[in-house]
Amino acid sequence: MSNDDELIKDLRKVLGDRVRVDSAERALLRRDASVFDGGVAGPICLCESANEVQQVMLTAITHGRTVVPRGAGTGLAGGAVPLGAPVVISLARMNRILDVDLESRIAWVEPGVVNLDLTKHLTPLGFHFAPDPSSQQVCTIGGNVANNSGGPHCLAYGVTNAHVLAIEVVLADGTVVMLGGLDAEPTGYDLRGAYVGGEGMLGITTKVAVRITPNPPAVRTLLLSFNTPREAAATVSAVIAAGIVPAAMEVMDQRITIAVENYVNVGYPRDAGAVLLAEVDGLEGGVELDAERIEAIGRANGATQVRRAASNEERMLLWKGRKTAFGAVAQIAPNYYLHDTVVPRSRLAEVLEKVYEIADEHNLAVVNVFHAGDGNLHPLLLFDGREPGIYERVHAAGSAIVAASLDAGGVLSGEHGIGIEKQAFMDRMFSADDLDHQERLRRAFDPSCRSNPGKVIPLGHSCADIQSLRSVPHEVWG
Amino acid sequence: MIDFAELVGEHGAVTVVGGRTRWQAGGEVASGTREITAPSGVISYDPAEMTVAVKAGTTTAELASILADHGQRCALPERGGSVGGAIAVGEHHLEALGRGRLHTSVLAVAYVSAEGKVIRGGGPTVKNVSGFDLPRLIVGSLGTLGLVDEVTLRTNPSPSASEWFESGDADPFEVMNTVLRPSAILWNGATTRVLLEGHGVDVVEMQRQLATIGTWEAIDGPFELPPHRWSRTTRELRDEHGAFVASLGVGTVWRHDPQPPRTLEPGIVELSRRIKTQFDPTGRLNPGRSVY
Repeated sequence: MSNDDELIKDLRKVLGDRVRVDSAERALLRRDASVFDGGVAGPICLCESANEVQQVMLTAITHGRTVVPRGAGTGLAGGAVPLGAPVVISLARMNRILDVDLESRIAWVEPGVVNLDLTKHLTPLGFHFAPDPSSQQVCTIGGNVANNSGGPHCLAYGVTNAHVLAIEVVLADGTVVMLGGLDAEPTGYDLRGAYVGGEGMLGITTKVAVRITPNPPAVRTLLLSFNTPREAAATVSAVIAAGIVPAAMEVMDQRITIAVENYVNVGYPRDAGAVLLAEVDGLEGGVELDAERIEAIGRANGATQVRRAASNEERMLLWKGRKTAFGAVAQIAPNYYLHDTVVPRSRLAEVLEKVYEIADEHNLAVVNVFHAGDGNLHPLLLFDGREPGIYERVHAAGSAIVAASLDAGGVLSGEHGIGIEKQAFMDRMFSADDLDHQERLRRAFDPSCRSNPGKVIPLGHSCADIQSLRSVPHEVWG
Repeated sequence: MIDFAELVGEHGAVTVVGGRTRWQAGGEVASGTREITAPSGVISYDPAEMTVAVKAGTTTAELASILADHGQRCALPERGGSVGGAIAVGEHHLEALGRGRLHTSVLAVAYVSAEGKVIRGGGPTVKNVSGFDLPRLIVGSLGTLGLVDEVTLRTNPSPSASEWFESGDADPFEVMNTVLRPSAILWNGATTRVLLEGHGVDVVEMQRQLATIGTWEAIDGPFELPPHRWSRTTRELRDEHGAFVASLGVGTVWRHDPQPPRTLEPGIVELSRRIKTQFDPTGRLNPGRSVY
């Protein structure tokens, strides 16, 4: 079509010097927080408004180029890895909280608003944004929408989809639409619901109306110690079966507990085989009753020690340990591969043991820190990337973990998404006809497969994506 | 038993008849359209897992009764009709604040496509982001994209205490700011009814909170609901007039007349048309009905 100099010239007409093309910046955006390298970023566009995003999209169309949206780049499934030198649309500068409507309990935000910044903004008003991924200090609301992100407290409050009312989107043909609405049942198909979790393949988010949640007056945070991860997992299953819906239930095995202690020293027991961090919130009376019941269920399942956070400071410290767990792993091994599958909660203990077996079979170290209440496993395979052949072993073990989760009646991903990481596993969970319908949804939103091509749907089921990837001038951007 | 996919077949206009409780939604089905019924029955129910999979033709009443036997409930409305019908119109339970909204309670669907194939979307676990969210698209689509065969729903434990209260002098819009988690706030323009649920001690505490904004007395249950659902924003509810029952915090309003069609922006109409064309290229699923 046209060469890149002309593309860059046209993008600069829209954004001026906010189009970045130097190799250092492009190299930084070759990847996200996943283990996947090998992306090639095209011109990087630092957009500051929906209008600019629309103009960049129209420019990309004129030049026959694909686009990839990017927030903070914290995704773990390769969703933001630029495949085929797409125009990178960075939304990080669109980080304004536009409006907070306490009566309607809605906040309008731009996609680049950092998850925790919204909650910090709402705290003095007595509210928070419920989805709280472990990366919440850096990840953006736009990214949360793209991945339908979860977090520890989604057990009671639900994942991102339950907290998004309306989304302004620039579609791949340059049209700007508002999906959903602020009323109870917006007219038409639930396009908002279908768009959440679209991993940037259904369009580019430029504004979001999110539900805000009142802070509960009473909270109890419990730390239960067990001799084995199996006992911790069994406690989780028993709590759910007893009809209690805690705000969060997180399990950490001994190895990660010790690593966290070395890293931030929050007071976790180093001698426990596993710890369960459980939280209940609501009104004082009921919270106390639920805390007592969880304590009793824990003891009946082998808890050796139960500790309650005595103050808000202690509670924050216990959570800090959980939320910095991934950072703490660096002491054990230079690299890790974090997996994300979900299994029925009643089969947690069994699948967890299988995960340890799989790691042993592949001669890999594994630590487990996960959203146990949802059945959402997060095994971290630890390795040294310099070891020859190590990536093959890591991927083989990962593949076995995914298979074990599916065999137990589980699913491919609980909150990280499919991206390029689990693309090849999609046909283990879905039939060709199922995938065909997911692809139809994609084509309805983006008939040209322009937005973030080459992700989620296995390439064999998505011919148009292959075409848009082939049209890339590799010789220029490779 | 005839397979539902075979019943749908690959050709000819077709519609599914459930309880006919919401038959008018989205307009009249074109005359000459073949009427079929969806299979019924519970496929699997694991109370400890808090999920249930049912066939679409199961009545919501039957499902509610099975769940109640295990001390549980779900987000489906209990105003008669079938599970598939409720999914097709996307109607929440009256107590959506307490039970959760329908859309986020549907974990997985199996539907028969316009080509007569069984398509599965979503997954059986309570948390899942594997692929695009087809269940969300199907909920509220009035059977125009696929005909629902099976649904997997999240269930919730029924609270140990559950009590309705009524007030003639409280400001209904203050309830939300006074009580942490009411399960329903209904207002008919004159009186307010509130459902408080949870542990007994919590209900007593919330009742005390309610007393700070008016005088309340215990009553048997909600208002009688008019048949038609209107969709409003929280702010619009303040201007509601005539005979109505409004659900505050949700935005649903029940009235005796149907809500006039609302116009959608051209971009949304175009996107909706592309979705319909992708999923039902020949327009054989519920012809005459439209959601946009």
